[in-house]
Amino acid sequence: MYLTFGGTLPDITTNISGIKLQNPTMLASGIMDENSGSIKRIIDCGAGAIVTKSIGLKARKGYPNPTVIELEHGILNAMGLPNPGIENYCEEIKLFENSKTPIIGSIYGSNSKEFIKLGKKMENYGVSALELNLSCPHAKSYGLELGCDPKIVQKITSAVKQNSGIPVFVKLSPNVTDIVQIAKAAEDGNADAIVAINTVKAMKIDIELKKPILSNKIGGYSGSAIKPIGIRCVYELSTNLNIPIIGVGGITNGIDALEYIMAGASAVQIGSGVYYRGPEIFKKVCDEIKNWMKTHKIIQLTDIIGAAQK
Amino acid sequence: MNIPIITEIIENKKEAEDIRTISFYFSEKIIPGQFLMIWIPNVDEIPMSVSYNNREIKGITFRKVGEATSALYDLKKGEKIGIRGPYGNGFSLKGKHILFVGGGTGIATLAPAVEEAIKKDIKSTVIIGVKNKSELFFEKRFNECGANVVVSTNDGSAGKKGLASEIAKKILQKEKIDSVITCGPELMMKTLLNYSNGISLQASLERYIKCAIGICGQCCIGEGLRVCVEGPVFDSNSLKNIEDFGVYKRDAAGIKITY
Repeated sequence: MYLTFGGTLPDITTNISGIKLQNPTMLASGIMDENSGSIKRIIDCGAGAIVTKSIGLKARKGYPNPTVIELEHGILNAMGLPNPGIENYCEEIKLFENSKTPIIGSIYGSNSKEFIKLGKKMENYGVSALELNLSCPHAKSYGLELGCDPKIVQKITSAVKQNSGIPVFVKLSPNVTDIVQIAKAAEDGNADAIVAINTVKAMKIDIELKKPILSNKIGGYSGSAIKPIGIRCVYELSTNLNIPIIGVGGITNGIDALEYIMAGASAVQIGSGVYYRGPEIFKKVCDEIKNWMKTHKIIQLTDIIGAAQK
Repeated sequence: MNIPIITEIIENKKEAEDIRTISFYFSEKIIPGQFLMIWIPNVDEIPMSVSYNNREIKGITFRKVGEATSALYDLKKGEKIGIRGPYGNGFSLKGKHILFVGGGTGIATLAPAVEEAIKKDIKSTVIIGVKNKSELFFEKRFNECGANVVVSTNDGSAGKKGLASEIAKKILQKEKIDSVITCGPELMMKTLLNYSNGISLQASLERYIKCAIGICGQCCIGEGLRVCVEGPVFDSNSLKNIEDFGVYKRDAAGIKITY
């Protein structure tokens, strides 16, 4: 809809499987989302939705430090899925049961049974949707170890879907030969949306000590450096699937977000950007998107989803 | 970039029972109260504020309490560690008379601030609070730099017998203090906040820190205040609104541990 722009404010609301977002910027899992106070701050900073820390059945301390370092063009981390466990997480998230900003509960498990249990708990806590972490690149028997096998992805997705009454998103990794094949398996398991991409497997070595810096040695790379990889994945997914895609990977400004949206993303997630521009990034990105829309006389953001595919 | 810079231990010196100072080359400018991430290869990386803040050489003073500090304790001259930072905000040194209250190894964090305050011609009174004489350090250093020093021990084995916060209370009643700066056990700092009625107070908080660059959320307190970015020093106004302060901290998994 390239209409003349007369006085009306650009509309940046979007919709993922019936969940209405006031704006397309969501907080990515793992960033300032482990406790209620920090989630509240990000909501106050204008995020359109919050994805929680990935929560498992039991508390997990994660890896020893160093767990996060910042490199030239991105951030490298191997946290090791630290989280207080699903029972303890209740008090952090229950507060948001009636929040106007949708909360999406990210969960990780090692099999369908665990995912079902976690999904039910999260649903009871009042989240609007679930995000299945099938893509963490550095935790033994979780995440990517399951998410690289289409059969397992379909099985887990379908098991969670059959046992929950809220939409189920599946977060995928770019560290596979064909992300479309994995995503199709999730779609066949009745996933409501795909979240792409998780971090890219990477390493940093200190040459003085002749040692990898991260305690886990291998980590996941995020930030500007991985944006072109994310854009390619979202484009491929969006052209081959019939469910919405949520784009994530290296978004630090409105232009980056628009690029993802034109590749086919219905919404975007921001993680490392919180480091580059502070928690205020959500409002800043929304303002930048609106400004671009004004200049280009676009009224409805949803009109340009997948614009680059035409 | 925020990656550790590798440096060598210049000296490892005993300060008191189980307390040592290690010094190393590190030329970044540090505001007293800011912290560094100290990487002990193959062990851990932990936050530490500096106790010696010279241009080229920095020092950290710590007690042997866990795996990381025990590894630091045993480091020898020439051995290598990694340093990144400085991070956080640091103390703001204002007024005509500052009361510094250090508890345990919290004294180490205050030392560069006391020296800078005196350089700025700010009258400085320092209360050193320790359990007993064997844990006492930096008394001579504070005396030599021109501060008024009051030592307190729980058992009376050195200085006055009693809690540092109770001694502070008396000083606050007797003298005109413009500002209180404290680092030590959180319950002590919470008591000081109650005693400092109307006088500005800055407290340096300790939390489990992972990224130190404000993204992981591990160290968040109150309504999403990041100890590694908006802290580690918080003033009275912020402290009054932080429900965690003096009540609980979180472990590496994010579970609350009450004080």
